[in-house]
Amino acid sequence: MPLTDRLPKLPPRRIDAVVIGASAGGLQALGVVLGGLPSGFRMPIAVVIHVPEGQASKLAAIFQARLKLHVMEAEDKAPLMPGTLYFASPGYHLLIEQDRTLSLSQEERVHYSRPSIDVLFESAADVFGEHLCGVLLTGANEDGATGLRAIHRAGGLTVVQDPEEALVSTMPEAALELFIPDFVLPVKGIHTLLVELERNNA
Amino acid sequence: MCPERTADIELRLLVEGIYLKYSYDFRDYSGASLKRRVLQALSRFECESISHLQARVLHDPQLFSELLQFLTIPVSEMFRDPTYYQALREHVIPVLKTYPSLKVWIAGCSTGEEVFSMAILLKEEGLLDRTLIYATDINPRSLEKARRGVFPLEHVRKYTESYQQSGGVRAFSDYYTAAYEGALFDKNLIANVTFADHSLATDSVFSETHFISCRNVLIYFNKRLQDRAFGLFYESLCHRGFLGLGSKESLDFSSYADHFEPVVKKERVFRRL
Repeated sequence: MPLTDRLPKLPPRRIDAVVIGASAGGLQALGVVLGGLPSGFRMPIAVVIHVPEGQASKLAAIFQARLKLHVMEAEDKAPLMPGTLYFASPGYHLLIEQDRTLSLSQEERVHYSRPSIDVLFESAADVFGEHLCGVLLTGANEDGATGLRAIHRAGGLTVVQDPEEALVSTMPEAALELFIPDFVLPVKGIHTLLVELERNNA
Repeated sequence: MCPERTADIELRLLVEGIYLKYSYDFRDYSGASLKRRVLQALSRFECESISHLQARVLHDPQLFSELLQFLTIPVSEMFRDPTYYQALREHVIPVLKTYPSLKVWIAGCSTGEEVFSMAILLKEEGLLDRTLIYATDINPRSLEKARRGVFPLEHVRKYTESYQQSGGVRAFSDYYTAAYEGALFDKNLIANVTFADHSLATDSVFSETHFISCRNVLIYFNKRLQDRAFGLFYESLCHRGFLGLGSKESLDFSSYADHFEPVVKKERVFRRL
């Protein structure tokens, strides 16, 4: 059965940006979610994956080699550009401002994490409201759950990786305990959903 | 109107009120992070809304000085990003050595970790005795800590590692005495340091300088305030003076991009044109 058949009807609204959070097992999951997105894919995507602080992040380089999107490490004050994938830097929270630029911060860790998924999600929810899609993937801590709920409360579209499939289910389960997201999907399904949302925007 | 937008209005009123009453100007701080910190302050001070906090802050200067600890971000480390200090040793120090006397400005020095790091670097390069360092911040409590020069012992191991990676040539323990409360750093390091209350948002240039280090301060400013700060740095720096920024900060999105050239782009070391 093609996956799109199982997707509930997509909301009749534009989605302006996608935010994704992941921790343990996230690299692989993210590879499936983003793998093969076409070069004409326009929605900007901002990602927080927990990585050790004080180490230069190789995430942008790893994904640039595999994707047709423009991939970069998030820079302070950079405008959120279409067709671009942004990774939060180790040691810095990543936030989105009302003028749709990125900003960084070194405030305290949230759930022992900097960057924190909650911080990105909450700021993005504040800016994009219902025009945002938030995706929470595999992970071993609870960061991201309240952030995803903030997206939900702001009217945005929320997606949680199926805990059955997640390498570590703590993170998806933490979100599911807080609220019922729009979609609970395996990573392949999340990929299909992003493609559908992009088509929906056109 | 949804409650989030109401909070944005309250936030604007709060920072406007703080500016009028206490002359601290947060009006051009990056909104997302400022809002986050104010919302944290609400629960800390048991206020039900930002308006409630505003009313209390306007009538209680003591509460304002507590709130200031939320509005500023006193996060600092010694020899943070060791490669930055390496780049200074290799590309900036040799030029600074050609001046008979030096002025260095550490803008937004927070609790002083960077001041001591810079002083150690200058000492090892034989420049400390002929250098005046201005260390400025808007948070009086942070400046007070910086003057004391006592840092938690539990961080010293990490600082030692960073010091070594930065190209440090001595034993790091030469610079401090372990005491009950922490590592007390050698006061001679800051004999030529002037700690001062200075705001990049409201104050003007106070001296000509040869090198300005301002790291992880500008990320909390919006573009307009960043430009104001870059303007101050441009005005303060001597011809071909150096500017060092935090590892994720850049001049790229600023109207001062043309006024500086990169010296070591990756380490965010620039030179005034």
